[in-house]
Amino acid sequence: MNGVHDMGGMQDMGPIEYEKNEPVFHARWEARMRALAQAMWAWPQLNIDASRYQIEMIPPVEYLRNSYYENWFAGLTGLIVKRGLVTSAELESGVPAAGSSKVTPALAADRVLPLLARGIVGTRDVRVAPQFKVSQRVRARNLNPNGHTRLPRYARGKMGTIIRDHGVFVFPDTNAEFQGDKPQHVYSVRFTARELWGRQASPRDAVYLDLWDDYLEPA
Amino acid sequence: MESSRRDFLATAATAAGAAATGNLTHAQEQDHDHVHQAVPSDLTLRVKSLESLLVEKGLVDPATLDALVDAFEHKLGPRNGSRVIARAWADPAYKKRLLADATTAIAEFGFTDAHGARMVAVENTPKVRNLIVCTLCSCYPWPVLGLPPVWYKSAAYRSRSVIDPRGVLREFGQELAEDVEVRVWDSTAEVRYIVLPERPAGSEKLSEQELAALVTRDAMIGVTKVTLSQSGGAA
Repeated sequence: MNGVHDMGGMQDMGPIEYEKNEPVFHARWEARMRALAQAMWAWPQLNIDASRYQIEMIPPVEYLRNSYYENWFAGLTGLIVKRGLVTSAELESGVPAAGSSKVTPALAADRVLPLLARGIVGTRDVRVAPQFKVSQRVRARNLNPNGHTRLPRYARGKMGTIIRDHGVFVFPDTNAEFQGDKPQHVYSVRFTARELWGRQASPRDAVYLDLWDDYLEPA
Repeated sequence: MESSRRDFLATAATAAGAAATGNLTHAQEQDHDHVHQAVPSDLTLRVKSLESLLVEKGLVDPATLDALVDAFEHKLGPRNGSRVIARAWADPAYKKRLLADATTAIAEFGFTDAHGARMVAVENTPKVRNLIVCTLCSCYPWPVLGLPPVWYKSAAYRSRSVIDPRGVLREFGQELAEDVEVRVWDSTAEVRYIVLPERPAGSEKLSEQELAALVTRDAMIGVTKVTLSQSGGAA
C-alpha cells in the first residue's frame, strides 16, 4: 500500500526533535499500551506483519497527527476486533459480553524476559532455494500492491547489488493477511545513493535494504 | 465504531501535541482536580479500559504487563549494546565474530538465545559511516538497545535519513568530509542492525568496562561518534 507510513525520501518533515535524557515512556498509558501489544502478540490470531499493516491503514492525516503510541492503540484495537478476539461492542463498553468464556493468557509473566531478549524472529527453518546470489545485480520490482509490503517506494524499479543472503524468512505481504508464510530468502541489497536519488546525492553513499525474493528480479 | 474512533483520534491530537512538548504527564497529574482537561484523561482511560477488558477476558495477565513494563524500563537498554561494542574493541577475535555473525556473537552475552532475531553489526572506520533507520515503521534492535527514542520513530528522521543522511548527521553535529562513505541501513525485514563505532583515540589503556561506559545509544544507531569526554549510556 502506497501509504504515508512509507516515508523514505519524503521532504519537508521538519528538523529532528531530540530530547535529552528521554524517558522510555512519557506517560503511564504509553507503557501499558506497549505492554498490551506485546502480550497480545503472543496469540496466534495476531502476527507482527498484521500489526504493522493495521497501523498502516490508519487514515494518513491521523497517522501523521497521532503520537506513536496513539497509532499503536488504534492498530491494536482495530486488529483484535478484526481477528475476533474481542467485539467492537466489548471495546466500546470495556466489559466482556455476557456469557463470553474466559481464556488463559497466552503470555505468562515468567516468559517476558526470554521473549524480549530474543526480539522478533522472522526466520523459518525450511529449505528454500535462493533465487539470487551474492554480488548479483538485481532490480527491485515495480510493485504497487494494495496490501502490506516491505518494499519501500523509493527503491522500486531501482538497480542494486546483493551483498548478503540472510536466509529464509516469512513473507510479510502474505503473512499480514494470514495468507501463509510463503518462506523465501531475504537479502541485503545495496543501492547507490545516485541510483535512488540522482545527481544530488553523494557518489560515495549507498542505502542497504533487506528484500525478499519476490521483491526482486534479475537486472 | 469507525466514527467514534475517528472522534477519539481527532480529540487525541491535542494530547499528541502535549506529549511532544513533554506536558502530558504533567497534565495527567492534574486530571484528578481538573475535569476540564479531558484529552489526556481520555487516552489514559481508553487504555485502562482496553487493559481491563483484555484482563477480564483472560487474554492478558496483569502480572505479565507489569513484567513487560519493568523490562522495557529497567532491563532492556543501550547498556547491553555498549558491552558488545566494548568487547569488540577490546578483543579482536570477538570483533571478527561479531562482524561475521552478530546473531551468534551477541548471544554469547546471554541477551538472547541462538534462535534470537537476526542481528548484523556494521563497522565504522575513518572512511565509512553507518546509519540505521526504519523508514516504514520503527524497527530497532531491542535486545541490545531497548526501545527506540521518539526522534528515531519521527517522520523527520525516517523520511530524511535515506535521502539526506549527511544532512541528518549534520543535525547531530557531525560534518562529514566528502571522501567519507555513508552507508544507510533501512531495516525493512526482521534483521536488526547495530553500528560498531570507531574506538576513540586515547582509550588504549581503558578496561572493557570503562570502554563500555563511553558507548552511547546514539553512537550505536550511527548518528554520533564515541568520544572520551562523553558520559556513556545515553537514555
